[in-house]
Amino acid sequence: MTASTPTAPPAPPARRFRASTFEPVSFFCTGLTGLATFLILAILALILGNIFLQGGAGLSPRFMFGNADKDMFDVASAGVWPMVFGTAARVILMTLFVIPIGVTTASYLTEYAPALSPFTRIIRGAVNNLAGVPSIVFGLFGLGFFISAVGGTLDVFLYPDSPKPVWGKAALIWASLTLAVMTLPVVIVATEESLRAIPLGLREASLALGATKLQTVLRVVLPQALPGILTGGILAVSRAAGEVAPILFTGAAYYMASLPQSLTDQFMDLAYHVFVLSTQSPDIEKTRPILYGTVVVLLLLTFALNLVAILIRARVRRNLRRLA
Amino acid sequence: MGLHRGHRARPLEWLAEKIILLISLTAILVVFLIFLFVGREAWPVVIGATNSSLAQEYQEIIPPEDFARVPPARLRQYLGLTRQQFEQMDEETLKDLMALRIEAKAQMPDDPDAELNTTEWRYLLGPHQWTGYDRPAYIWQPVSQIHKYNLVPLFIGSLKTTFVALLFAVPLAIAAALYVSQLAPPRAREWLKPGIELLSGIPSVVLGFFALIVMASFFQALFGYPSRLNAFVAGLALGLAVIPVVFSIAEDALTSVPRSYTEAALALGSTRWQAAWQIVLPAALPGVFAATVLGFGRAIGETMVVLMASGNASIVSGNLFDSTRTLTATIAAELAETVVGGHHYRVLFLLGALLFAVTFISNLVGDLVIHRLKGQLEGKR
Repeated sequence: MTASTPTAPPAPPARRFRASTFEPVSFFCTGLTGLATFLILAILALILGNIFLQGGAGLSPRFMFGNADKDMFDVASAGVWPMVFGTAARVILMTLFVIPIGVTTASYLTEYAPALSPFTRIIRGAVNNLAGVPSIVFGLFGLGFFISAVGGTLDVFLYPDSPKPVWGKAALIWASLTLAVMTLPVVIVATEESLRAIPLGLREASLALGATKLQTVLRVVLPQALPGILTGGILAVSRAAGEVAPILFTGAAYYMASLPQSLTDQFMDLAYHVFVLSTQSPDIEKTRPILYGTVVVLLLLTFALNLVAILIRARVRRNLRRLA
Repeated sequence: MGLHRGHRARPLEWLAEKIILLISLTAILVVFLIFLFVGREAWPVVIGATNSSLAQEYQEIIPPEDFARVPPARLRQYLGLTRQQFEQMDEETLKDLMALRIEAKAQMPDDPDAELNTTEWRYLLGPHQWTGYDRPAYIWQPVSQIHKYNLVPLFIGSLKTTFVALLFAVPLAIAAALYVSQLAPPRAREWLKPGIELLSGIPSVVLGFFALIVMASFFQALFGYPSRLNAFVAGLALGLAVIPVVFSIAEDALTSVPRSYTEAALALGSTRWQAAWQIVLPAALPGVFAATVLGFGRAIGETMVVLMASGNASIVSGNLFDSTRTLTATIAAELAETVVGGHHYRVLFLLGALLFAVTFISNLVGDLVIHRLKGQLEGKR
């Protein structure tokens, strides 16, 4: 029976359209871009590896929690506790200013503002612009506005008889405010992103149940956006903790005998200390252990925070993509 | 979300909304204030109201006997001291300084340059033949006896380091963005992107430290150039700060090209690379351009890396392996030593205002380009 049936010519094998032929140019170029990616990651690994391998050894409880000596280049007695304290103080103070303002702005942009109005565009433009202003310009701004203008005015009204300026000089509060201004875009962008990831249905349900707009925002939307707000805060803290340029003229001190006691005191700072140790050391080979040790402490502070923020953010983004 | 319900019925709601609106204006206010307060300190230089000539400086003499009659602030300005220095000095030291100043006036150099107001625009930007030089030169020497404020060496320094940084960072970052957004297997993508973004978490002072301690010695051993710290090393380290900026924005632009473009190209028989290179990249080109512009803004405004790794010598030279001094590093290194309100102080604020203007424009351009691109790709919303 098989023999009698007129056999159709065998069907040609299904052609695979994709990757049917090996295309050398494509292969080469894909490899090249992959190499670029690899190279960036390799440099990152190299930097971190170098720092942690050389710096890990110098870390001791004495170094982490010891007080700084007047001669801060002495390897045996060096301690970074006052710097850690100063950095933590300025960064925590900063979050008190930047989080409320940043979250409010983000809520306005996503919840209240009409999406297409030129006004919203201007606010967005200002936020983007602020993100790109050089950090040293923030330092100048802090000096010209916070210290000279605001601090100077406070002195005129509060301490007209004081021969020395009280508010109108470099101080913890002015450094924190300068950093708050600088990190405002970080908080706004992160919060906005997480607010957008919240389904519209949730807001509609709340409104349908008779909640007012404000109640909806405060009790339904913002609690849902908490991970995003947290990310923004963490990113802002990590960015601010590593910045030196904005605090050079607004509050960082080369050396102080005691920890800052009030908002108008200057402070020693970890990131600034890295700068001091690496540029003003009398013998760089000798002070290398404390330099690396300080860098490790700074990186542990900023980098660990960054890693956490990136992980939360990746999660928020995945949720966002699932909704889209 | 545009549910407009009776506002008058809910005054509290109305009030809250207005307060939220007001607070969200902070960002605009801050940009405006930066412009105003950095500009305010620089303005006298812009309009030529400062005078840095020695003749002017020594015009007024306060004899030590008048010590008690002059207000401290006036005296501090007269002696050209920073506030900190002034506070640490006792009366005797100050009187000595005042006496020294009278001597200095007597010994004022018999030099035609002493009469020059070096903060005029033609000295700020043009070459001048200073006494002792055999031809007109561009010189930045603010703390010499005759304050030389020529900005050209600083412009050249900033442009040189920025050039090296962009040359290194932009191709690398864009290639990586292309790979991560188009070519990498989806699973690898999940961790490649955060991995590269982690680079932005390294503080710039740590990059500067790394350039100063590790990279500078390594590259000097490799190429054998004379000055250890130079525009090349600073530029490479600066590139590390620029890579995450360019990468993030370019990757974002490439990813926002609709998937249907790629799928159509693949269906027509192209390879993944051909689709990425010939279809997706051209579609996202404005975004890639914007990424480069914003990377430029980041590079020219970065302070700590160049302050630590560039060597800080203000020389006019086209050689990348010469030590160099940038605008940002100059502000950071010199501002603490200046007298508030003095001409040096004001010239440094002028540098800051210029930086602000340059980054403002590059941000604006980048922002507009990205906005338009997204509008095109996603359809006008």
